[in-house]
Amino acid sequence: MSDRLKIAMPKGRIYKQASKLFREAGLPIPDDLDDSRKLIIEIPEAGMDFIMAKPVDVPTYVEYGAADVGVVGKDVLMEENRDVYELLDLGIARCRMSLIGLPERKPGHTVRVATKYPNVASQYFRENGQQVEVIKLNGSIELAPLIGLADHIVDMVETGQTIRENGLVEIKTIFQITSRLIANRVSYRMKSEQIEALCKQLQHVIPGQELSGNQA
Amino acid sequence: MSKPKVFEKPSGMKDYLPGAVSRLRSIESRVLACMEKWGYRQIMTPTLEYYDTVGVTSATSDKKLFKLLDNRGTTLVMRSDMTAPIARVIASLLKDEPLPIRLAYHASVFRAIEEEAGRDAEFFQTGVELVGDPSPDADAEVIALAVASLQAAGITHFKLAMGHQGLLNGLLQELLQDRPADQEQLKERLLARDYVGYRRLIRSMDVPADIQAKLEGILELRGGKEVCSKMSEYTADEHTRASIHELCEIWEALSAYGVQEHAMIDLTMIGNFSYYTGMIFEAYSAELGFPVASGGRYDNLLQQFGRPAPATGFALKTTRILDILGTGETAETKRVLVAYVPEQRREAYQLAAGLRGRDGYAVETRCVSSIEAGQDPEQTAEGKLAYMGKIYDEIILLAGESDGGVRDE
Repeated sequence: MSDRLKIAMPKGRIYKQASKLFREAGLPIPDDLDDSRKLIIEIPEAGMDFIMAKPVDVPTYVEYGAADVGVVGKDVLMEENRDVYELLDLGIARCRMSLIGLPERKPGHTVRVATKYPNVASQYFRENGQQVEVIKLNGSIELAPLIGLADHIVDMVETGQTIRENGLVEIKTIFQITSRLIANRVSYRMKSEQIEALCKQLQHVIPGQELSGNQA
Repeated sequence: MSKPKVFEKPSGMKDYLPGAVSRLRSIESRVLACMEKWGYRQIMTPTLEYYDTVGVTSATSDKKLFKLLDNRGTTLVMRSDMTAPIARVIASLLKDEPLPIRLAYHASVFRAIEEEAGRDAEFFQTGVELVGDPSPDADAEVIALAVASLQAAGITHFKLAMGHQGLLNGLLQELLQDRPADQEQLKERLLARDYVGYRRLIRSMDVPADIQAKLEGILELRGGKEVCSKMSEYTADEHTRASIHELCEIWEALSAYGVQEHAMIDLTMIGNFSYYTGMIFEAYSAELGFPVASGGRYDNLLQQFGRPAPATGFALKTTRILDILGTGETAETKRVLVAYVPEQRREAYQLAAGLRGRDGYAVETRCVSSIEAGQDPEQTAEGKLAYMGKIYDEIILLAGESDGGVRDE
């Protein structure tokens, strides 16, 4: 382990917002990293290395200590259920996990639910005492109810535009999603000063702190 | 499920090749020697135990226990740690031995359903139990011994985080007197390391602002001596104060042992609530993403076996330490090959016997004609000897005419 803090960053949508937040917190993160194809970006002036990971892999890197801390959506955390510290709600990449379906559809005896989040979906239905068959899909989830593969879908909703355009409706919000700062069990203690300093810096610039909803 | 291929093993089970075994044995012997010097005698217990005795009392969650049935249909478990078996022995076979009792062990333990493929379902732990001493000095002893054991194992750079289960319980109890459900939920959040959820839950609770601030402040109770004084401001409750005093006493004792530099206090450091009762700690190495040792006080376990007694202890995660130290063979043994022609068999065996009598020698013998008549016809005798030169530290060739030439490699 180097002395620099290794941060697993999610590539894509969340990265832009996360790097903006880091810059607002006064960390000298260059803003032209988005288009870079480099996987490991050294930022010695901030005492950090960014590890550019696929968002769903961020908790795995952190659990195993390949990264000290990471930025990841609550949706991934709920689905992956990794043994990591969840230190801060960064208040960015705000969206929600929802149950979605066609407006007037009567499911048959077996209710089928398509989702990218099989663990989240099964847990939700179990806790509600409903028996369903969960089908794991990897993308274009909205397709499933339209072509009769599933009765409902469980998916992340940001603006709701995609589901409206496809004639679907949000039946219920399961939980609110924002990005979180997570930490490895060992790094949290071995690099406690660096991690605490990072938390303090970020805490000052987290947007909409009072708005925190009622989520798990 | 298709029939497994011949080289397959059950998920999570591992072979240990000679290099790894050599390293493992060397860690094991150094650590056990260290524990013996502190007065801890070694004990061995069976791999299989009854689910109803050791299974249900262990700190391992039920779904992670490796269960099977014996020929009468009774549920058995593969031991998931050594603490519950040792408690069983102390309450039965050793029931007449006066307390305190100090025992050490090195054993493999088993866990079912580790979700990651290849994550160990069987792994080694080396640890101690100190039964019958309720004092902070006993807790400090096991922590100091954990430090000494890690050093004996060859880990140089590590840190220890120490919390106190009873103290945390007491604080929550005092701050949220009539709200046991909230207490439980907060503990669940801490146990899940979900600080975001912890803070959010506090803010959603209908309690005065100063209580909220105190509850949130628990997350900040980390550091050294200053944490002790900070905690005293937290509570008026006599019981909680006693816990704080105990934690501070342990801290002082660690200073007396000279190991305080490795340690930090961290009240968020918690474990299984139905099991641990007092001090609780984990040790971390910079080279690994998982703890290398953990332990704590468990004063309620022994009474479940009918001999109520306070107890404290720890276990090194020996398999993980092996991951840090690598699996290269330890250089302590010199590997020697005595190669000979059939006519000099007697001399060769005598020479080998003589070398085996010395410390630190591992001696193999081999008839040279069998080297020449190897299975691979394309490989020359010279080629084979050169290859063997990489394996052995020294090759002694007894080949006829002279009294035996010596080849150093």
